Amino acid sequence: MNHLPLIIKREYLTKVRNKSFIVMTFLSPLVMIILVSVVAYLTQLNNEKVRTISVLDESGLVQDVFKSDEKTTFNVLNDMSLNEAKAFAKQTEAYGLLYIGDFKDASEASKYIQFYSEESPSLTLISDLEGQLEKKLTNLKLLDNGVDVDMINASKININIAQESFEGEKTSKTDSVVKLIFGGAAGYLLFMFIIIYGNMIMRSVIEEKTSRIIEVIISSVKPVQLMFGKIVGTSLAGITQFIIWLIIGSILLTVISVVFGINVMQTQQQEIMNQAMTNPEVNAQVQNFVASFYNLPLTNLIFAFILFFIGGYLLYSSLYAAIGAAVDNETDTQQFMLPIITPLMLAVYIGLFTVIEDPHGTVSTVFSFIPLTSPVVMLMRIPFGVPLWQQLVSFVLLIATFMFTVWFAAKIYRVGILMYGKKPSYKELIKWIKY
Amino acid sequence: MSNLLEVNQVSKHFGDFRALNNVSISIPKGSIFGLLGPNGAGKTTLIRIINQITMPDSGTVHIDGVLLNENHVKDIGYLPEERGLYKSMKVGDQALYLAQLKGLSKAEAKERLKYWFDRLEIGDWWNKKIQELSKGMAQKIQFVVTVLHQPKLLIFDEPFSGFDPINANLIKDEILRLREEGATVIFSTHRMESVEELCDDIALINKSNKLLDGKLMDIKRQYKINTFEVGIKTVDNLMLQNELSDKFSVSPANFKTLDNELKLNIKLSNGESPNELLNYLTSKGEVSHFVELIPSVNDIFIQTVKNNQ
Repeated sequence: MNHLPLIIKREYLTKVRNKSFIVMTFLSPLVMIILVSVVAYLTQLNNEKVRTISVLDESGLVQDVFKSDEKTTFNVLNDMSLNEAKAFAKQTEAYGLLYIGDFKDASEASKYIQFYSEESPSLTLISDLEGQLEKKLTNLKLLDNGVDVDMINASKININIAQESFEGEKTSKTDSVVKLIFGGAAGYLLFMFIIIYGNMIMRSVIEEKTSRIIEVIISSVKPVQLMFGKIVGTSLAGITQFIIWLIIGSILLTVISVVFGINVMQTQQQEIMNQAMTNPEVNAQVQNFVASFYNLPLTNLIFAFILFFIGGYLLYSSLYAAIGAAVDNETDTQQFMLPIITPLMLAVYIGLFTVIEDPHGTVSTVFSFIPLTSPVVMLMRIPFGVPLWQQLVSFVLLIATFMFTVWFAAKIYRVGILMYGKKPSYKELIKWIKY
Repeated sequence: MSNLLEVNQVSKHFGDFRALNNVSISIPKGSIFGLLGPNGAGKTTLIRIINQITMPDSGTVHIDGVLLNENHVKDIGYLPEERGLYKSMKVGDQALYLAQLKGLSKAEAKERLKYWFDRLEIGDWWNKKIQELSKGMAQKIQFVVTVLHQPKLLIFDEPFSGFDPINANLIKDEILRLREEGATVIFSTHRMESVEELCDDIALINKSNKLLDGKLMDIKRQYKINTFEVGIKTVDNLMLQNELSDKFSVSPANFKTLDNELKLNIKLSNGESPNELLNYLTSKGEVSHFVELIPSVNDIFIQTVKNNQ
């Protein structure tokens, strides 16, 4: 008798009707967006504070570079000693005092420049000041040596290397960014999905054990069937949750940008839009972006995404189910989680660092073949164009490992669900295989 | 009478541990079969093998002459010792789900559940969650789910644990009624008084081996010790006791009487008939008590297991 549809239906409905699942589904996008809004608001608040910086320039050569803007006001002090200036800055509650001594030679100016403040100053401010000073002093030095600064500026040349593969496929930097975004998103999505819903499967196996219903159920269905039903049912619930998150997220974003964003985001967006209309360069960039999107190997990407996502997810979730069956309660799962989490983390880090650096390098290629890391790494590589044979080999390896893992997990599952009271060791798990 | 279940030379090992060693039992159709044994003897393993939860290393199981296969799932109702229900699922949904797993259609399951819920007067629990019910209430639901698909073979592992005496009695009556309707029952328990009361046949398993099996009455006959419990009113208790000790093998007995009678267990040797003893006793005084000692299942259990060690 095939009870799989019945089991899937129960697992799905139980998950979807579960109160904490419902709360999570509707609350997390809200929490996320509130969090983002709060962070954005706080950043804005921080930025709105105007800093006053006193400047004492004893050389009299550089003080004119400091232009006040909406964030920083420069207050140039004259005819004061350093100590008087410090006292003055402190008294007027200035953010700090920039002191420029009387240097003879611009090359040695660095020795004469000092910043005094109550607390250690912000890094961006210091590097900002350094940048302005460097520019001004370099110009001074050039002038000293009799070089025409205008001439240098006029001679600046911008280079943007056009890229093309041997087959004549044009790529650009924008292309790489788009590929990165798509590959990274696909790989990371799989990673998140495995962690969230793998855990959910594990918990539901443990629940059946602790509520002692398991023996009643497996007197009617094969344990493997029950395990598969669980995995599929939970995954469907997961997909439902993801879709709801997407919908709520986009609705909330629209609502928030309409209600709160009118002054900030909307106008900025409109400005950008206007700029884009008028400015051909920006317009070209947008077009570039769209073109890059269509340049992606889309069909390949979609097929590979579906296949590797399912393969990788099933591989890991069967392991999660086996762990759930082996233990009595969630606290005992820790020791078995490590072998699952390690390859997953490894895959994500390799994806985020190595693949981005060199998508077809040895490390990336090797890890896109190793079954436990291949789903994530391969998904990240594919937008950069992976030969079909590599994808096929990787997928075949994945499926072979998947079948082995399911066999292994089913063995553990079959024995484990009827074992109560003791925390098994790895050695015992191996013994269970022979039962 | 034909047998519903034939277990033939079944063995099962878990690693180095031997759970069952060439165990064979036959369960007659329509009987209540007591599966007895100390903890860890292998009873649960045997029951799990019949339920196809565990596969035997060797040996066969036949139900109604057919080798055990997937289709037998619907013929068996199993109430395990380690039992429970989904805590946060509604009673009705849960019962429907479990009934459908046993092969009933949804409509059929609903109809039968209604019948059983009315019968046990638990109809208003339908929309409650298990976690809102008491343990005894949950056990009732579990019982209903076990018998709902009208299986040929019912397997109860400690069915009365968790029930109060009233409900235990209710369930006992239901089990007897199901037997009347043609079901065969395997009954595994440590409560020997229910074995005495319910079982027609028993098997005793200890340390993976079957020690004895057969009709309960046949087994009792085998274990009978030809001993009679006697109470007799006489003038001089001590004198009579000495007299009897010369003729029979006698030991003091302990039971409640109204007067100060002489209470003895008297064992007859081969060839002596109970009537001879009774005649002798009536000549000595007034006999108030004369009962043959039938070994209880409890005695047989303890004696057999001890001898095996």
